[in-house]
Amino acid sequence: MVNKTAYQRVQGARRKDKISTAELIHGLTTDFFELHGDRLEADDHALIGGVGLLNNRPITVVGIQKGADTDENIDRHFGSPTPQGYRKALRLMKQAEKFHRPILALVNTPGAWPDVESEYHGQGSAVAQCIIQGMQLKVPYISIIVGEGGSGGALALACGDRVLMFEDSIYSVLSPEGYASIMWKDSSKVQQAAEELGLTPESLLKDGIINQIIHEYKPGDDLSDLRDFLDQQFTELENLPMSELIEQRQRRFRNY
Amino acid sequence: MLQSRFKMPSHDELVKRMDAIPDHVLRECPICHAKFLSMRLGRDHTCPKCGYGFRILAKRRVKITFDKFTEIDQNVTVPDRYTDEKYRAKIAKAKKVTGLNESVLTGIGSLNKQQVAVGIMDPFWIMGSLGSATGEKITRLFELATRKDLPVVMFTSSGGARMQEGLHSLMQMAKVSSAVAEHSAAGLLYIVVLCDPTTGGVTASFAMDGDIILAEPHALVGFAGRRVIEQTIMQTPPKDFQSAETVMKHGFIDQIVKRSDMKKTLTQLLRLHTKENAYG
Ligand SMILES: [Zn+2]
Repeated sequence: MVNKTAYQRVQGARRKDKISTAELIHGLTTDFFELHGDRLEADDHALIGGVGLLNNRPITVVGIQKGADTDENIDRHFGSPTPQGYRKALRLMKQAEKFHRPILALVNTPGAWPDVESEYHGQGSAVAQCIIQGMQLKVPYISIIVGEGGSGGALALACGDRVLMFEDSIYSVLSPEGYASIMWKDSSKVQQAAEELGLTPESLLKDGIINQIIHEYKPGDDLSDLRDFLDQQFTELENLPMSELIEQRQRRFRNY
Repeated sequence: MLQSRFKMPSHDELVKRMDAIPDHVLRECPICHAKFLSMRLGRDHTCPKCGYGFRILAKRRVKITFDKFTEIDQNVTVPDRYTDEKYRAKIAKAKKVTGLNESVLTGIGSLNKQQVAVGIMDPFWIMGSLGSATGEKITRLFELATRKDLPVVMFTSSGGARMQEGLHSLMQMAKVSSAVAEHSAAGLLYIVVLCDPTTGGVTASFAMDGDIILAEPHALVGFAGRRVIEQTIMQTPPKDFQSAETVMKHGFIDQIVKRSDMKKTLTQLLRLHTKENAYG
C-alpha cells in the first residue's frame, strides 16, 4: 500500500468519487432486499440496511450512506445518522440475531448528526444502545470503515468481532478540524492535527484497534476478492462456539 | 432602642457594597443569574434560588452523599505512553486541583447500611473527560460490583472523550458498556445521576445505560455541543435545549433530584431494589 501522510488519508477518506456504501452492498451481495424504518417514528436515509446473500450466505448489512450530490446529501444529512437511523440499525442487527445471520456494518460518516431535533430524540441514548446491545449480539459481526469513521457515530456500528479499514479511510475521536480548533484555536492546522490524532489505518493497526487494512476499491471494481475474504472471515467466526465468540469480542475491547 | 439606631441601607448603597465584595465571596448562578454570597451555597453547593447544583469536586460529592466510602483503584492513572508535554501539564494540574489520579473517583460506599459501588466523575479533571484510565476504573468498578452482587451508582459529569488519547478514548465507551451489560445481566441495579455537564461520549454510552436515570436540576445533558451544532449545520439551538428538564420532557430521564435530596432518594431506590424482597 502507498505511503501517505495522515492528512492525505483524511482527504482520501472524504473523496467525492469514493465507492459508496450502497455500491459496496450491491457489489458484495445478491438478492439484496432493503429494509426501512426504526418502527418508532421514522426512516433515516443516512442509515441504510437490509438482507442479502454473500456467496449464498444470508447476511444483514447496515451501513451509513453519504449523498452523491447536494440534494441527496441534504436527504441523507451528509452521511450523519439521526437517532432514528441508529435505532433502525439496531433493529436490523437484532433481527439478524433472531435469524442467526452474520452482520456486516459499513461505516462512512463524519459523525452522528448534530442538530437540535437529534438531541431531542436522544442521539446519545441511541448511540449508547447500539454500543451496549451491539456488543452482546450472538452472531458474527464485522465492521468496515469505508471512508470516514467519525467518533461515537462510527463506533455505534463498530462494536463487533472484527474492525477492518479501507486504505483510504480514517477512524477518529474527533475531526482533525475540531482537534485543531480546540488545541490551537486554529482550524488550519489540520495536517498536524491529523498526525497527532493517529487516525490512519496504519497507526490504528499498529495500536491494535483494528484487525486489518483492506485494499481500496473504486466504484465499478470487481468485489469478488472482498466478498470471498468476508465469507471466509464469517466462516471463521461461525466456527467458534457462541460463548467463545462473545468472550473474544469482549476481550478485544477489555484490553483498551 | 436597638432597632431605631439601625438604619436600613439604601438600595444604591447595597449595590455599592455588593460590588466591593471580592469575586470569590460573591457567586453568580450560571442558570438563573442570581447573585448571592458564597456562604449561601451551603454544604451542597446549590443555588439558593433555582436549585442548580454547582460543579463540585468528586471528593466533596462523596462526602455529602454517602455515609461511608472506601476508595478503590486510586493509583490508576494516565498511561506513560502519553508523553505530550502540554497534556502532561494538564494532568499534573488536574491531579493537584482534585486530589485524584484520574477523572473519576471509584469505590464502595454505604447509604443507610446498604452497600453500593460508587463512581463519581470529577468535572475539574480535564473537564471530566473520558481517558483510558477513566474507562479502566469504571470498568473495574462494574466488574467488582458484579462479583460482589452490588448495585452501582454513577455520577456523570464530563466533556466527553479525551482527545489527547485519540481512539483509545473512544474505545472506553465500548469497554465500559460491556461491563455494564454484564452487571445488568446479573440482575443488578445501575443508577445514573446526570450532573452538570454530561456530554459527548459519556452521554453516548454509560450515562444513558442506567436502569434508572436521575439528573440534578438544570444540569446540561446532551450529545453534540452547542458550538458544534452552530458551526456544523448553522442552527441556533434554543437556550435550554440540553437542560435536564428538557431532556426529561423528551423521555430520557426518570426524575430530577435536588442535590439536597440525593442521599434520601438513592437510599430509597436501593431499598426498593433489595434482592430479599424480589419475586422468585
Ligand atoms: Zn440559580
